[in-house]
Amino acid sequence: MTYLGWLFSSENWAGSAENPGIAQRLVEHLGYTALTLLIALVIALPLGAWIGHTGRGGLMVVGIANALRALPTLGLLVLLFLAVGLGLLGPLIALVILAVPPLLAGTYSGVANVDPSIVDAAKGMGMRGPEVLFKVELPNALPLIIGGVRSALLQVISTATIAAYVGLGGLGRFILDGLSQRDFPQMIGGSILVALLAIVADLLLGGLQRLLVSPGLQQRGAQAGPGRLRLIRGGAGTDRARAA
Amino acid sequence: MDWVFRNSGLVLELTGQHIVFSLVPVLIGLVLAVPLGWLANRTALGRSLTLNVAGFLYTLPSLALFVFLPPIIGTRILDPLNVIVALSVYVLALLVRTVADALDAVPETVVNSATAMGFRPGWRFLTVELPMAVPVILAGLRVAAVSSISLVTVGSVIGFGGLGKMFTEGFQREIPQQTISGIVLVLLLAVVVDGLLLLAGRTLTPWDRSARSRRTAGRAV
Amino acid sequence: MERLRPVRLLALLAVATLGLTACGGDPLAGGGSDSDPNVIAIGSGNFTESQLLAEVYSQALQDAGVQVEEPVAIGSREAYFPALLDGSVDLIPDYTGAVLQYLNPGAEQTRPDDVYRALQAELPPALVSGAMSQAQDKDAVVVTRATADRLRLRTIADLAPHCPDLVFGSGAEFATRPDGIPGLRETYGCVFGSTRTLDSGGVLTVAALAGDDVAAANLFTTDPALPENDFVALEDPQENFAAQNVVPVLAKRKASPAVTGVLDRISAKLTTAELLAMNAEAAGPDKPALRTVATSWLARNGLLSPAP
Repeated sequence: MTYLGWLFSSENWAGSAENPGIAQRLVEHLGYTALTLLIALVIALPLGAWIGHTGRGGLMVVGIANALRALPTLGLLVLLFLAVGLGLLGPLIALVILAVPPLLAGTYSGVANVDPSIVDAAKGMGMRGPEVLFKVELPNALPLIIGGVRSALLQVISTATIAAYVGLGGLGRFILDGLSQRDFPQMIGGSILVALLAIVADLLLGGLQRLLVSPGLQQRGAQAGPGRLRLIRGGAGTDRARAA
Repeated sequence: MDWVFRNSGLVLELTGQHIVFSLVPVLIGLVLAVPLGWLANRTALGRSLTLNVAGFLYTLPSLALFVFLPPIIGTRILDPLNVIVALSVYVLALLVRTVADALDAVPETVVNSATAMGFRPGWRFLTVELPMAVPVILAGLRVAAVSSISLVTVGSVIGFGGLGKMFTEGFQREIPQQTISGIVLVLLLAVVVDGLLLLAGRTLTPWDRSARSRRTAGRAV
Repeated sequence: MERLRPVRLLALLAVATLGLTACGGDPLAGGGSDSDPNVIAIGSGNFTESQLLAEVYSQALQDAGVQVEEPVAIGSREAYFPALLDGSVDLIPDYTGAVLQYLNPGAEQTRPDDVYRALQAELPPALVSGAMSQAQDKDAVVVTRATADRLRLRTIADLAPHCPDLVFGSGAEFATRPDGIPGLRETYGCVFGSTRTLDSGGVLTVAALAGDDVAAANLFTTDPALPENDFVALEDPQENFAAQNVVPVLAKRKASPAVTGVLDRISAKLTTAELLAMNAEAAGPDKPALRTVATSWLARNGLLSPAP
């Protein structure tokens, strides 16, 4: 018996009205992920930049990010289902709650860790607060911000899988439905798709990171101490928290 | 909270299961991570190989990993072993890196002095390098333990015990109190275990109360 | 760490894939490890009534001095029945028609006694069943009162012409079971416009039906949510759904007279009304632990020895 046949059947990709296929589930999964990241970015980027720029509330951000590592995703999903009922809203709130802390932490530490001499130089050149933030601090913080996005992305892809338990579509359906129908090829096929999605998304963002970050900064990152390096690579590395 | 008191028997039992299911993997992961981390620290090839595999494993979503494992390790799908092995894999993936980094950070002068004093490599590793690396490893261990405590609950989606049952049952029977109690208990357990590990670290490394421990703990964030 | 290069990644994936294809056994074949010869391991479905019945069996057996393991809620029949067959669990509360259809998808019997007799013939040699109880919990196609009034529905046959315009909600296993969506198609010619995978007669399905996310759904006749939400269970004149009497199914090697005696005494007391009452108590405002509900039912029916 081969478990992989399920993955390569065009019938399984297309599905039917009574039985949605892989293509539809994949689009759903990507949709949930994109929507969550968008909302989380809108919340976390300005807030993190402001906290990093002013230096106020930094400890709180780190504390919350740490505490959320212990928050059980499944409990959150169930609680939100009981609170707001069936539909996209509950899981979406849960996903955003999980995506915000790594984005916030990445943006905050990125902005806060910009070399003070660079900021001083910018001020010396006559830049004002917002100018310093947008032209100097944020571009310099980009490696850490993208690191945060990578963490958040993996978190969301994982958690969206579990959200099938509270009635959401997406690739998690194959894992749970396969269990109910005693269809192991379906379960393993779904699992492979989720894992592939996570890996490909992480690689793409890694590439994006190299593309967007100014070459001068990458040079500097490579020479910086291990602590800094580790934060920069937080996305793919093993320092990021796992909650799902 | 009165739901907890009315059902204290069940809650205690699930908490007990949860402690075993989440901390056994931490132990297994730690025991395996030390030799692998040592290997990663010794050779460039070992380093790139172990760390790449670790990074790859860590990217796999947990629910997917629970399902992957049975055909690979020959278990049945509902075997508790799957969740224990999966969590051990995550802990190992996380700690291998930490151990390698921690060993890297042991000052060369210390290693050289030990060698000069006649320590053989194996003995030197156990009595000098490893103890020196404890603070950093411990910071990683705290992260691993806390993640593990939270991750066990995902297993209950496919029928595994522990406090995750508070979520699946709270969901099936629409009992918000049970769900909230479950979340609070998981968080509480995480705080307690984290505190105990911190305390254990302080006791284990009496020489290390300086700024260094604070710095390394902060780094693992 | 170094970035994972695509080539290396592919190599890793290839290794993982080999691991997956190399193995031939069916990992869904069972639950935990093989059980102790003197201890009865009890399993159940992952819905309240099944878990309640497992608790009832467990406590009554313990009371009679039989060693038991704490009941495990395993999942759908597709998941727990293989666990029973391979010895991961020894005893399961089940429903006659559902087991019969699971063992023989072509089974035609629908009346309680016929189904029970046919079941005895179909059970694999390693399994036996206890006496069946009078309590029935049948699959049903359920709609809201508003839908029933608007479309003038009393039976599934009335629903059939409307099926193409409707969204149907059920657990994943209903989509593949012979008396599930395939059965509705064959027996009534009902092909739904689309389906939504929810849970097997659980909160998701109830919420979806109550919130008009689905127009019809698969629920169970003893579910307290039916009267609570004023849902209408459509009649099944063609008997697509067979009789579903509660029955214990257990491993023959564990079926000592002491064990079957206890189970038969339970079956003798269990009626549909009793089942409804237990479900209602579990769903009540206090949401007592299921083991508490089971204890009080056993005590009420004189099935527990008086406390010392």
